[in-house]
Amino acid sequence: MRWVLLGIATAAAIVVVQMGPRGAVSDRRPLMFITDMDFQPRYNPQAATPFFADGRTMRTPPAGTIPFGGADYDSDAGSPRQNPDFLKSDDAYYRGKAGTAWLARNALPVDIALLRRGQERYNIHCAPCHGATGAGNGVMTQYGMLGVASITDELHTLMPDGQFFDVISNGKGRMMPYAPQVKVRDRWAIIAYIRALMRSQSTTLGDVPEDQRGNLNP
Amino acid sequence: MPLVFTHEADRRLRRLVIGVVLSAALGLAGLYYYGPPEYTRVGYAPKQPVPFSHEQHTGRLGISCLYCHTGVEESSVAKIPPTQTCMNCHQTIKPDSPQLAVVRESFASGKPVPWVRVHQVPDYVFFDHSAHVRRGVGCVSCHGKVNEMPVVVHEKPLSMGWCLDCHRQPEACLRPPSEATNFAWQPPAGRSNSDYGRLLKDQSRIHPPEQCSGCHR
Repeated sequence: MRWVLLGIATAAAIVVVQMGPRGAVSDRRPLMFITDMDFQPRYNPQAATPFFADGRTMRTPPAGTIPFGGADYDSDAGSPRQNPDFLKSDDAYYRGKAGTAWLARNALPVDIALLRRGQERYNIHCAPCHGATGAGNGVMTQYGMLGVASITDELHTLMPDGQFFDVISNGKGRMMPYAPQVKVRDRWAIIAYIRALMRSQSTTLGDVPEDQRGNLNP
Repeated sequence: MPLVFTHEADRRLRRLVIGVVLSAALGLAGLYYYGPPEYTRVGYAPKQPVPFSHEQHTGRLGISCLYCHTGVEESSVAKIPPTQTCMNCHQTIKPDSPQLAVVRESFASGKPVPWVRVHQVPDYVFFDHSAHVRRGVGCVSCHGKVNEMPVVVHEKPLSMGWCLDCHRQPEACLRPPSEATNFAWQPPAGRSNSDYGRLLKDQSRIHPPEQCSGCHR
């Protein structure tokens, strides 16, 4: 009898020592006792499959094809909006071009909503390198990021909006293309906000409404 | 009457019965302790092919969650970023670090980095990131303080009971949608989280689904 009890106690002790208390931090794959239909034979986003040669469940459209029905790639994949310009023939909006020259002004009407959106997106995608004011002194420059442009200097003030769009979309120098990260509309919003940043760098006290002057931090 | 079974056989039978009953009881206890969905994945912190630290990138450098997880506001998946997002900085910063060899290889070959998935709900759950983030459920509510994790740990249960806790009383998890990625967000001074959350809930008319088809189709 003693041996039976001892055997069971040893087995239980091994399990407890191996597993630890539940929820303990571990790099072991979670044990699932009852999987029900947790793992179904279907393709999940960004998952792997041996079926396709490149091992991905997500397919890219063959080169030269366009989305059938003109669904907008920029909209939610689950509920695609229709994009009447699905061929992206609008050079000004999709490439920042006016004929062969750069588009001088923003392709979108600039209002406070666009500026706020631009501010939000600028702080997410641009500020890590270019800094919150665009002076080229973002946090990454302390970690060895080289050649970050001050985008509010005079050179950039003279740059047409279309060229900004091109740099954001296709990169320049060490800056990688941000087209995969920032949608077309957001790129225009960011450009509108960059213009506001430029303006903010050359202001005088006279530009501040009188009733707001008390809020300034010297 | 002569004995049908010897004393030895009797003892063996008793041992067998006690052994089987005790093992079954302990086994069941173990299943009840380790098995429930509230604990299945909690504490899972797999070793990743690249020792990426969220603590360094978002905690110390202050890079927004949205810099990499661009899908979180508009799609059901938050998106693991493409390798190019890593290379935005790492072709210049630490370009020769051996820890980044896998990233450079992936960028050169076009094959994805084989990241190990940490947070996962069963395939019959249709969780949508955008629906939550846009209504003001912060990242921290489901993923914990990722900005303090050198290695991401599955901290919250992500079980159905746990989801329903919040679906029934969303006040405690709500914040202004613009603060969704802010790990340090606190309700305005003098207001409790649920008190302020109730205001947001009424303002945005938030009624989280409690019926099955809300999450299961």
